[in-house]
Amino acid sequence: MRLLPAGDRAVLVELGNLDEVLGYYAALTADPPAEVIDIVPAAHTVLVTTSGPLGALSQALRAVTPAGTTQVAGDLIEIPVTYDGADLDDVARLLGCSVSEVVARHTGDEWTVAFCGFSPGFGYLTSAGTWNLPRRESPRTKVPVGAVALAGEFSGVYPRESPGGWQLIGRTTVRIFDQDREPAALFHPGRRVRFVDAGRG
Amino acid sequence: MSSLTVIESGPLATIQDRGRAGQAALGVPASGACDRAAYELANRLVGNVAGAAAIELTYGGLVVHADTELVVAITGAPCTGVPLNAPARVRAGELLRFGPPATGLRTYLAVRGGVDVPPVLGSRSTDLLSGLGPAPLTAQQTLPIGTLVEPMPGVDLAPVAHPPGGEVRLRVTPGPRRDWFTDAGWAALVEQTYQVSSNSNRVGVRLDGAPLDRSRTGELASEGMARGAIQIPPSGTPVIFLADHPVTGGYPVIAYVTEPDLDACAQLRPGQPVRLID
Repeated sequence: MRLLPAGDRAVLVELGNLDEVLGYYAALTADPPAEVIDIVPAAHTVLVTTSGPLGALSQALRAVTPAGTTQVAGDLIEIPVTYDGADLDDVARLLGCSVSEVVARHTGDEWTVAFCGFSPGFGYLTSAGTWNLPRRESPRTKVPVGAVALAGEFSGVYPRESPGGWQLIGRTTVRIFDQDREPAALFHPGRRVRFVDAGRG
Repeated sequence: MSSLTVIESGPLATIQDRGRAGQAALGVPASGACDRAAYELANRLVGNVAGAAAIELTYGGLVVHADTELVVAITGAPCTGVPLNAPARVRAGELLRFGPPATGLRTYLAVRGGVDVPPVLGSRSTDLLSGLGPAPLTAQQTLPIGTLVEPMPGVDLAPVAHPPGGEVRLRVTPGPRRDWFTDAGWAALVEQTYQVSSNSNRVGVRLDGAPLDRSRTGELASEGMARGAIQIPPSGTPVIFLADHPVTGGYPVIAYVTEPDLDACAQLRPGQPVRLID
C-alpha cells in the first residue's frame, strides 16, 4: 500500500489489485475517519477526500486493516437482460465460443460492483470468471440507456444514453440510475449482481 | 411568492449551490459553484442560509426581470451595468442587465431567499457533465425565490479584489502521477507560460502550451480525482479539473492546484496567460 499526494484535500491510496481495493474500501467505509467527505474506489486505488488536516487522514489511512470479505450478504440484485447487443457476435468470436455460451457465462457468473465512475450510477462489475475483452477500436458516440456491455475484466450497464467504447451484448429495462428515486443509484460498491436471460425480445 | 424571470440568458447561466459532495462513490460528481468564495460571499451579503442556490453566469449577458421586489448581491467577475459586492434592492418591474465583465469570467447573482428550484440528489446545482440538476437557464423562464433567510448582515460593501486581468499564477503541488513524467516534463510544467484555451468549461480549464515529456508510456487504470487535479491527456497539455469534473479519470495527474488558488481557476478567461508555480 502506498499513499500518494492528491492536493490539499485528498490522499490517493494505491493498492496492489482490485481485490485489495475492495477489502480496503469495505474496511474504510465501515469505519470512516472523521471529516472524510468522499471515498472513491477504483481499479487499483481509493481516493479519500477530507475537510480536515491531511496528516491526520494519512495516519488513519495507514491504520486501516483491509476486510477479509467484501460481499454484503443478502444484497443481491437480479437484472433481466435481452441478449441482442450489436457486438455480441464479435464478443463470441473474441472469446472463441458461441453466442449462447457468452450468454451462459454472463448469466452464470455472480458479479460484484467493484466501483462506480464514468457517469452517475455506472458500475464496474467484476466476477470470478475470466473475462478479458478489448474496448471497441472506435467508441460509439451514442450508446443507448440500459445497454449491457463488457470491457476488460468488467461488465457494466449504461445508466443513460452516452458515448461509450465497451462491447454491447444486450439491454435491460431496469433503471440503473434515476435521480428522482431513493436511492438514485442501483449499483454501489460491494453490491452483488446476477444477470438473467430475459429471452430474445 | 417572489420570483424573477430570465429575459436573456447570455452565453451560459446556471443555478449553483454547494453541490453534491459525498456521493462520488456512486459516480456522482460534486459540481456546485465554480468560484466558491464568490458564491459564498453573494449569499452572505443578502443574508441567505448557507448553501442557498444562486445564479452563476459565464461572461455576463444575463438579463433578468424582478417580478417582485428583491434583494440581490452580485459577486465575482465585475459585469458592467450592475452593482457589485454589495446588497441591493431591486424594485418589482426593474431589469438587471449584466454587461460583459471587465476581468474574470464567472459572476454570481444571489437573491435573498435563494433560487427555489427542486433539489436533485440533495443539490440545486446544474452539472453540465452528468446532466444532473436543472438545465441551464433559458429566456422566459421564471425562477421562484425561496424564503430561507437569516437576518441581513448589515454590510454595505464587501471589499474584495476583482479577478486579475493579466497573468495569473497558480501554486501547484506534485500529484499522484508526478513520476509518470521526466524531470524535464515537470520543469516544462512549472516554467512555461500557458494560455487558457477557449475549450475550457465547468468541467475543466484547458491550457495551451508545449507538451510535457512522459517518463513512461502505457495506460493508467482509471482512478479518483479531486477538484484542482491537473490531468495530462495524450496531447501533453494540462487540464485543470473544476466543479463538474468526472469522479474518476484515466489520464495521469501530474500536479494539483493548491486549495487557496482553486477559485482563481474558475475566473480564467480564454487567452489569459497562466503560470503554474512550484
